[in-house]
Amino acid sequence: MTDEPLLRVSGLSKFYGSRIGCENVTFDLWPGEVLAVVGESGSGKTTLLNCLSTRLLPSSGTASYRMRDGQFRELYRMSEAERRFLMRTDWGFVHQNPADGLRMTVSAGANVGERLMAVGDRHYGKIRATAVDWLSRVEIDEDRIDDEPRAFSGGMRQRLQIARNLVTGPRLVFMDEPTGGLDVSVQARLLDLLRGLVTDLGLAAIVVTHDLAVARLLSQRMMVMKDGRVVESGLTDRVLDDPRAPYTQLLVSSILQV
Amino acid sequence: MPTPLVVSDVAKSFTMHLRDGIKLPVVAGVSFSIRAGECAVLGGPSGAGKSSILKMLYGNYAVDEGQIIVQHEGGLIDLANASPRTVLAVRRQTIGYVSQFLRTVPRVSALDVVAEPLVERGEERESAREKARALLAQLNLPEKLWALPPATFSGGEQQRVNIARGFITEHPVLLLDEPTASLDAKNRDVVVALIAEKKAAGVALLGIFHDQDVRDAVADRIIDVTSFAAGKIAA
Repeated sequence: MTDEPLLRVSGLSKFYGSRIGCENVTFDLWPGEVLAVVGESGSGKTTLLNCLSTRLLPSSGTASYRMRDGQFRELYRMSEAERRFLMRTDWGFVHQNPADGLRMTVSAGANVGERLMAVGDRHYGKIRATAVDWLSRVEIDEDRIDDEPRAFSGGMRQRLQIARNLVTGPRLVFMDEPTGGLDVSVQARLLDLLRGLVTDLGLAAIVVTHDLAVARLLSQRMMVMKDGRVVESGLTDRVLDDPRAPYTQLLVSSILQV
Repeated sequence: MPTPLVVSDVAKSFTMHLRDGIKLPVVAGVSFSIRAGECAVLGGPSGAGKSSILKMLYGNYAVDEGQIIVQHEGGLIDLANASPRTVLAVRRQTIGYVSQFLRTVPRVSALDVVAEPLVERGEERESAREKARALLAQLNLPEKLWALPPATFSGGEQQRVNIARGFITEHPVLLLDEPTASLDAKNRDVVVALIAEKKAAGVALLGIFHDQDVRDAVADRIIDVTSFAAGKIAA
């Protein structure tokens, strides 16, 4: 186990005019660690995720990422091209709506293969074999490889999006409500799959969700956000079993028991 | 041999912000230590704070005051003030926990639920499964259940999966929250034997057992939790 974090975030803020997107967020993320960011809509969790993944530039604060060569690089000082390269190779981004992360009019196999070609793979046979392997890992039958994701169900699309993101062996994956909008049975399957993949691959992940059960199942650590600020953070089971902040207590007490 | 676990002056209360911030004191002045090879049992009526103490020791509840010093990988760590990452490392290597209830993960087989803590500690999956099979057999869990996710098991079956998961590793400290609550006499005896094995191996154990026979069989010492009462507890 390495003793250095993968990502260091310090004093990150994003303002939309005078409105707060997120304010003064600070944390470290280590390899293999899954951090859940929870809060209701408008709490700033998606703004934070977009800043961290450099899809949005923050108003102030820093985030540095440990590259594969072991050097920390300040994310917001990289060139656009460098950031895009990082996004294509070392990072993944799983969108809530699979249509935002997939190309809906090319085949499932091409959706997965495209990311491989972006990192320089050119051998068609190898790319296709890897695509088949990844489709099976996300439980999509090989005979669907030439179908377009338009013809897939919501749950299958989401699994395909995950395969597309993980095929390049990223070290950090951002997920925005990865199970949002899916039926509960489909959610359970997806969560279970994600949990297995994250453990097997030793991925670090930042998962934005409003669903505390998703946070409990996937993450070891949790940050609770309200009005753009982090109101509580810590071990996931500690935050859920012994919530300290008034807002966290409200969230936890609002869970419906089944 | 250094003492694996030393608890001093630990206090815990809950502040209920949704109910006008009333403060529910749970325990205060909790002080004890557990030696290697010893099984201490927390005694006292329901509501005295026994489970809360175990949960603080596992990092599951925050600690308001005091120290929880644990011998971890050759050094000393104060769990009351440790970072989440440190708590996770302590759970992986040093402190094991058998809870009353199994938190099941959909679709993971009983065998893998049991093997998982060993895999997390770096053991090969197949040899971890081998040990899991041996333990599940020892706990008389029917073999036809091993490949199934425990979500649909009976209370006693789930508890045996939970026990196997807790006992499979060689954590030097083991916390037991009523591990025998829903077991029949035969399986209670198996658990008593497992605890004896742990003691012989030098593990420090701290448990809650409401079952008098089990308590008499395993306890070297009773720690009376009522002596740590923190004022009156609001109903």
